[in-house]
Amino acid sequence: MASWGEASQSRLIGKRIARLSGKDKVTGKAKYTYDINRPGLLYARILRSEVAHANVLDIDMSRAEELPGVKAVLPIIEVGKKLRYQGQEIAAVAAETDDIAKDALRLIFVDLEELPFVVTKEDAMAEGAPQIRDWVGNKSNPGTDERGEVDKGFNEAAVTVEATYHTPVQTHVCLETHGHVAEWTDEQNLTVWASTQGVFGVRDDLAGRFGLPANQVRVITEHMGGGFGSKFGPGVEGHTAAQLAKITGQPVKLMLTRKAEHLVAGNRPSMTQHVKAGASRDGRLIAYDMKGYGTGGISSGAGFQAPYVYSVANRRTERFNVTINAGNQRAMRAPGHPQGAFAMDSLMDELAEKLGMNPLEFRRINDSNEIRQAQYTLGAQEIGWHRRNTIPGSGTGVKKRGMGVGSGLWGGGGGRGTQARVTINADGSVEAVTGTQDIGTGIRTAIAIIVAEEFGLTPTDIDVKVGDSGPGLRSGGSGGSQTTASVAPVIKTAAEAAIQKLFEHVAPLLQAPVDDLRVGNGTIYVASDRTKTVTWNQATGLLGMESISEGGNWDPELREKDVAGTQFAEVEVDTETGNVQVLKIVAVQDCGLAINRLTTESQINGGVIMGLGQTLLEERIMDPQTGRMLNANLEDYKVPGTFEIPEIKSIVFDTHRKVTGVGEPPCIPTLGAIANAVYNAIGVRIRELPITPDKVLTALAEKKA
Amino acid sequence: MDKFSYINATSLKQVTSLLSDSGWGEVMLLAGGTDLLSELKEYIETPKTLINLKTLPGMDGISENANGIKIGALTTVADIAMHPSIQQHYTVLAQAAASVATPQIRNVGTIGGNLCQRPRCWYYRDETVNCIKKGGDLCYAVDGLSKYHAIFDGDPVYIVHPSDIAPALIALDASIKITGPEGDKTIKVEEFFTLPSDNPFRENVLQPNEIVVEIQIPKPKLNTKSYYLKAREKGAPDFALVSVAGVFEMAGRTCQIANIILGGVAPKPRRSTEAEAALTGKMLNKDVCTMAGAEAVQKAQPMNDNAYKVTLTQNLISRTAMMAVS
Repeated sequence: MASWGEASQSRLIGKRIARLSGKDKVTGKAKYTYDINRPGLLYARILRSEVAHANVLDIDMSRAEELPGVKAVLPIIEVGKKLRYQGQEIAAVAAETDDIAKDALRLIFVDLEELPFVVTKEDAMAEGAPQIRDWVGNKSNPGTDERGEVDKGFNEAAVTVEATYHTPVQTHVCLETHGHVAEWTDEQNLTVWASTQGVFGVRDDLAGRFGLPANQVRVITEHMGGGFGSKFGPGVEGHTAAQLAKITGQPVKLMLTRKAEHLVAGNRPSMTQHVKAGASRDGRLIAYDMKGYGTGGISSGAGFQAPYVYSVANRRTERFNVTINAGNQRAMRAPGHPQGAFAMDSLMDELAEKLGMNPLEFRRINDSNEIRQAQYTLGAQEIGWHRRNTIPGSGTGVKKRGMGVGSGLWGGGGGRGTQARVTINADGSVEAVTGTQDIGTGIRTAIAIIVAEEFGLTPTDIDVKVGDSGPGLRSGGSGGSQTTASVAPVIKTAAEAAIQKLFEHVAPLLQAPVDDLRVGNGTIYVASDRTKTVTWNQATGLLGMESISEGGNWDPELREKDVAGTQFAEVEVDTETGNVQVLKIVAVQDCGLAINRLTTESQINGGVIMGLGQTLLEERIMDPQTGRMLNANLEDYKVPGTFEIPEIKSIVFDTHRKVTGVGEPPCIPTLGAIANAVYNAIGVRIRELPITPDKVLTALAEKKA
Repeated sequence: MDKFSYINATSLKQVTSLLSDSGWGEVMLLAGGTDLLSELKEYIETPKTLINLKTLPGMDGISENANGIKIGALTTVADIAMHPSIQQHYTVLAQAAASVATPQIRNVGTIGGNLCQRPRCWYYRDETVNCIKKGGDLCYAVDGLSKYHAIFDGDPVYIVHPSDIAPALIALDASIKITGPEGDKTIKVEEFFTLPSDNPFRENVLQPNEIVVEIQIPKPKLNTKSYYLKAREKGAPDFALVSVAGVFEMAGRTCQIANIILGGVAPKPRRSTEAEAALTGKMLNKDVCTMAGAEAVQKAQPMNDNAYKVTLTQNLISRTAMMAVS
């Protein structure tokens, strides 16, 4: 049976190994899509709607076309169609310089008939609200689910809590905005450098759009600056870049502006839950009734998890998707989970308090997951849970401290669909090629570690080629925390096959059977007689004019799915300024076998920081008056900076030696942990994210009054 | 941004002469550019000509004598924040400068530019919104989203003045030297700023052909304590939700003179005469300082989304005053 072997036998796997691309990234040598420049490159920009809702009466591009340096102007929306949100694409320009392209956009004149709009879900659901679409209302039909005996549950409940929890729309804020450089090498061959988390998805989409055989589109993503679920396809901007390149016969670079990135490149939908829940005297969650709303902008898909993590047999849920005139949602790191976790973990604390129970004990009673039970113990020790206020808000002084806990779960088991090739050349060099892409989680390094482990080499000896559809070795998009669990088993089996082939060449020289050969530290030796040994290069020298090139297969025995996570937060709230300073997060993350412990910890750190941002800072602010996003920048859309980031104790909770993805889950429990810690500190619960000073001060004032 | 011509300044005379030949916004002055460039990129300003002031000799630097200090208008915010004597004797100014933006911005942003910077209001900064400041009829914050807007003196434009340095300078009784075609004049920094009720389009009295050349600050008495406290949503970079520049002349625990200037709450730095009156001549303790904060916000007129600023202002004044005796 395939296995990753014992921990004690691993030289590399599970150790902390620096990212192979780290030096290139910090020195600026790494080339992102933004950095790609081609001979004859043109710069493209997109003219976007400045209004939330309008009929397009006319588009006049003539003056833009006449501007010197402009090579092409391309209409995107047709006259007679509706613009339904700020930022929607109207037309695009390709020009010799970016400045000319920007000037040209201002010479495109669009005649609009402005229409009434709704940019908040409250407005969209109000009586007499303008309906955005003719064929369906702003508010969807409910999605309902009922299990057990809910009314009976409430009748038997010793305590009940009724509350409304709200999370706003959060945007992805990819550090590298969406974009592409498109170049037609001839009329039938397209090469695209894309900031994407799915090179093959982009390839197939573009091939379909331009009627080309898939192998005549090549997509390259050597490095990319964040996707978080928003960068699976080429999108309008990718189609536009390729089309402009086709029209002009020149390579075209089209990167989104920061503003467009906020407006149209995806977001995490909002959530509002009106929830009532009941628990028995002995602390069992026995009844749950939830009515929820969310908006994913102009699209649907505003789902969230409710209830979440904790078991409740009697439950009734009713959910509505609300359409508004704003850019549409896309998958965002653990879609639906952080919102659900914030509401559920807040609710759990409120119930525990009514029961007079320690919230951690209340969770233990209602959590059937054994891993999380162990994590509760470990996390509580690490944060010092015993130091927590037993009476919320009881700390003295202006700055009050508190602690909270939150939980999460995720799948992350990977799947079939990855092809890889591991090649050993006669000169000793080793190549590992697959069509996955490094979204930033470090798959490039993980591949090198796996191959180096099998070959007795070091990770830097392995030339890993990812992020290129050119070799035709397909792999899936990097989403759902699936990359490592999908790719690692294939790489491992490919490397195993390759080393076996090399053993066959070495066996006659060492006069030993193939199954008696082992790899050492840059050597191959005979297990039963360790004096018989050759160096790696002596061994590969035997290949002569050949090389070894082996593929692998996805062996489900090498991976596991479903992970549990728990986080504890300690915060300090300044009751005079309303500022919440997170002092420490303990993140205990179930993750199976960590191929690289260092990058696994980094993923946990990143998840915690993103969760912290969602809890304390981030919110897309839509103005009901103008229909515009007021903070489509990084001044008023606030993401965590140095001062916000606490001590993060990332605990890689590896209970088994099978690979599981961990990219998404660490951003989930943070919300509930921090929100509950704030409550524990000040004794006032804030049920609406982000927990900003205005809300803290207002809540404290209401408590006082 | 639109195209503009670019002139390296050679003398103040040349600059004021170029300014005199043009109307508002046609010729603009470039110092650090940290504010101006974003206005150009967003098409909030579309000048025909930019004059680069950094080529002017002798416009930067900090000079000190027994009576006080002089700071050239082109002195960077970083140089002010890190100046040992300013840190020691004009603490409120060093603290205010250090709280500005990020190291990168402090390294290029100048004190002159900091005082002349335009509001951060999200309606004002949106090219498509034609608010009163840009010649329209509405202050959109009134019926719109007003979390970061004024709680004092707004009518008819509810911006807040974004400068951290201005409240500190006013609290230190600083003056500002201005040059125009008629020569130099020196006025109090406090008189430099205006309210929208006087002029909704500008935030200060600078005429289109005038330029700020120097800041002069009298040396505080030895018994002076001063502080700059800045409340914000994010550690950095972030503009103040509310800030307090407090300068106190103390005799033991008794406050002989208090200068309390508020940032982030009004269209110009606001002297809280109410807080000053409540502190002056008093032995400072928790009750007195709390009362000073409460007095300061009596006249506050919060908007839809910024009532929290009233509490914040009150708390921050009280905290600042308490620092003088802790």
